[in-house]
Amino acid sequence: MTRKMLLMGNEAIARGAVEAGVQVAAAYPGTPSSEVFSTLARFAEEYDYYAEWSVNEKVALEVAAGAAYAGARAIVSMKQVGLNVAADPLMTLAYIGVKGGLVLVVADDPGPHSSQNEQDTRVFAGLAKLPVFDPASPQEAKDMTIAAFELSERLNLPVFIRPTTRTCHVCQDVVINETGLRNSIGFKKDPSWVIFPSLAYKKHKWLNEQQEAAREIFNESPFNKLELKTRAGIIASGVAYNYVKEALDMLDMEVSVLKIGTPYPLPDKQVLQLLKNTDRVLVIEELEPVVEDQVIAMAWKNGIAAGISGKNDTFVPREGELNVDKVRDILVRYFGLAGSEASQAADDESQAAPGVNRNSDSTPEKPVLPERAPILCAGCPHRASFYIFKETARKDDAVFTGDIGCYTLGVMPPLSAMDTCLCMGASVTIASGMAAVEKDRKHIAFLGDSTFFHTGLAGLINAVYNNSDITLVVLDNRTTAMTGHQPHPGLNRTATGMNEKHIDIAGVARAVGVELVREVDPYDLEAAREAAIAAVAHKGVSVVIMKRECIAIVKTVKKCTVDTEKCIGCKKCMNDLGCPALVPDGDKVAIGNTCNGCNVCGQICPVGAIGEVVL
Amino acid sequence: MRMDIVIAGVGGQGTVLASRVIAQAALDAGLAVRTSETIGMAQREGTVTSHVRIGEPLYGALIPDGSADVLLGFEMAETARWLHKLKPGGTVLANSARIIPVSVASGRSKYEADTIMEYLRSTTDSLTMLDATELAIKAGNYRATNTVLLGAMSTLPCLPFKSKGLLSALLETIPAKLRDINSRAFELGRQAVEV
Repeated sequence: MTRKMLLMGNEAIARGAVEAGVQVAAAYPGTPSSEVFSTLARFAEEYDYYAEWSVNEKVALEVAAGAAYAGARAIVSMKQVGLNVAADPLMTLAYIGVKGGLVLVVADDPGPHSSQNEQDTRVFAGLAKLPVFDPASPQEAKDMTIAAFELSERLNLPVFIRPTTRTCHVCQDVVINETGLRNSIGFKKDPSWVIFPSLAYKKHKWLNEQQEAAREIFNESPFNKLELKTRAGIIASGVAYNYVKEALDMLDMEVSVLKIGTPYPLPDKQVLQLLKNTDRVLVIEELEPVVEDQVIAMAWKNGIAAGISGKNDTFVPREGELNVDKVRDILVRYFGLAGSEASQAADDESQAAPGVNRNSDSTPEKPVLPERAPILCAGCPHRASFYIFKETARKDDAVFTGDIGCYTLGVMPPLSAMDTCLCMGASVTIASGMAAVEKDRKHIAFLGDSTFFHTGLAGLINAVYNNSDITLVVLDNRTTAMTGHQPHPGLNRTATGMNEKHIDIAGVARAVGVELVREVDPYDLEAAREAAIAAVAHKGVSVVIMKRECIAIVKTVKKCTVDTEKCIGCKKCMNDLGCPALVPDGDKVAIGNTCNGCNVCGQICPVGAIGEVVL
Repeated sequence: MRMDIVIAGVGGQGTVLASRVIAQAALDAGLAVRTSETIGMAQREGTVTSHVRIGEPLYGALIPDGSADVLLGFEMAETARWLHKLKPGGTVLANSARIIPVSVASGRSKYEADTIMEYLRSTTDSLTMLDATELAIKAGNYRATNTVLLGAMSTLPCLPFKSKGLLSALLETIPAKLRDINSRAFELGRQAVEV
């Protein structure tokens, strides 16, 4: 009997790597990719391979590349924007090539649900001229991972797996197989490992030839599947294939469908077969028209006149993620079926529940519901840090530049403590740029501990070197919180165990020449206030490290309570902090279940009505 | 046998654990399964949903509008927010407890509980509400709210697996030290809706 396990897509990719005999794994966390590597880290000892959380994606890719140069099978994982950080090694690694299989898992986030943009890694793969797999399910993601290692060694090229959120964070019953043999290791010295202009030209030619070799291999790939049925066809890539199949079932329709699992380079055999047997084709894929544009080029090159629809003629949206409802509406419109209006109305939240009373005129409208945007957790130490810096510098209209992490949620009201957010590490550099042109204003940058090591450090050195007048606040919550509490160089912990070394952020700041460095506990508002005042008053670069563990990784041992006799109902705690544990109770304030007793509210209460209880 | 279940709640309430447990119970019963969960930024006190799809034919993990057999609501307003996922005649099982968002506490938004309750009552054929948070506190920890609701759900006759199967999937998923509280919470959930 085959063994099946309930696996998340990311876990399935990790399992695929283990079955493929992976020898090295490296990553930097980022939603929706993080669990690929966390799973690999968990099994590193059992299956005897090397695994590291790297400081950033560029480093992770280079570590994996080094191992692959030496013949090892290596996997590296990141989210789509992480690939931008790794772009420098990637673009030339495609020229140099690899010996052992190198698989790059880059998770895309159409929506986006948890990202700063919706860039499409399939486009990036095309730019780098590297093959890419686009899985539709966890099972397929696992199978593709194994196939990607084989393809990588066949072509001597790094190969992409590009899952999206709806594969990464989908669980499925996945078949578990035995693990494979390991590659033998040994780096063989050869001038072809040293990129040089004259070599680059030759390698570029080779890389272009590998495109056609990859296309030929993909022509025989089991991940592409053509069902020829009617003179109208649909081509669907990745998870969009699932939505197409279900929408066709719902509409009780049968049409020709070409499922694409390898969007770049697009295999031409089945595409041409479909185009020659149909009058018109609709391409359905999320984000950019990667498959569609290649289909158009193939049709033109082969003199085929079939109509090709998709994003270029606005049938399929280019932004956001698809789902069955959207795809059904697209099909209704494309095939000219009746009844699309009713389903479009279902998308609008203000409408009555469509499934419940679709045909009833007397259905009450959905009432106005409370807004519920994500916010910092109850007791999050970042809240205290933002509160103190607002109190210290906001009255002078200081600019708060932000960064990527949980603390980006500092932008939400009532804190409203973030004026810019761009990408990893940009808080400090954006502040430096503003400070260069706004001499009379204070510029305060906020970034997390993991982000500091990722790309923040270069910006800090740059600020010191160029005599920037900024304050950098490192929100040091002793973990990489947003992505699931991964370790980083500031902790005595690596991906696979304990570490004797850790890198002290205050020590680093002093060593690079920052003259004012303070490290305080943000829960101690008085100490935090004193540090903030000194840092903001300092001319030049100052660094304040707000050090306190993320509440999600510590046990709650106390709670706060409100003495209703003393509470005057001024609501300062609720209005200034926006802590979700503080809730209105008539005219006064009550403290809910999620309180962890940080007592920041207790310290700002003007009448001392909030006290602590040890649990 | 096909069954689609949508779980709606607030980030931090344990909707992900609940969907995993249901999926594991289905897998243990030999059924194909898919779940899709909200992981990432929205987990921080935002609105979250988990989708669980059981039985062939199975394509994507996202449940289309108007087609869930069961809506398991972890919070009252969130149940109303995702009611459009329910199919005509579908079953709603929901927590009557409310989580007041910061937007309401700081006066930028309103939580009109009576209107929401009335809307839930008047638009559904099969609605069962219970104070799952209160029952979880009775079992030993408010965090077991998700387990109380799983216990309540285990009484539904339409489930493709046995109540015992759901409980054992739950107990195998959570750490050993939490088994007592969760067993109690599951049972309290069952008792609350059993007629």
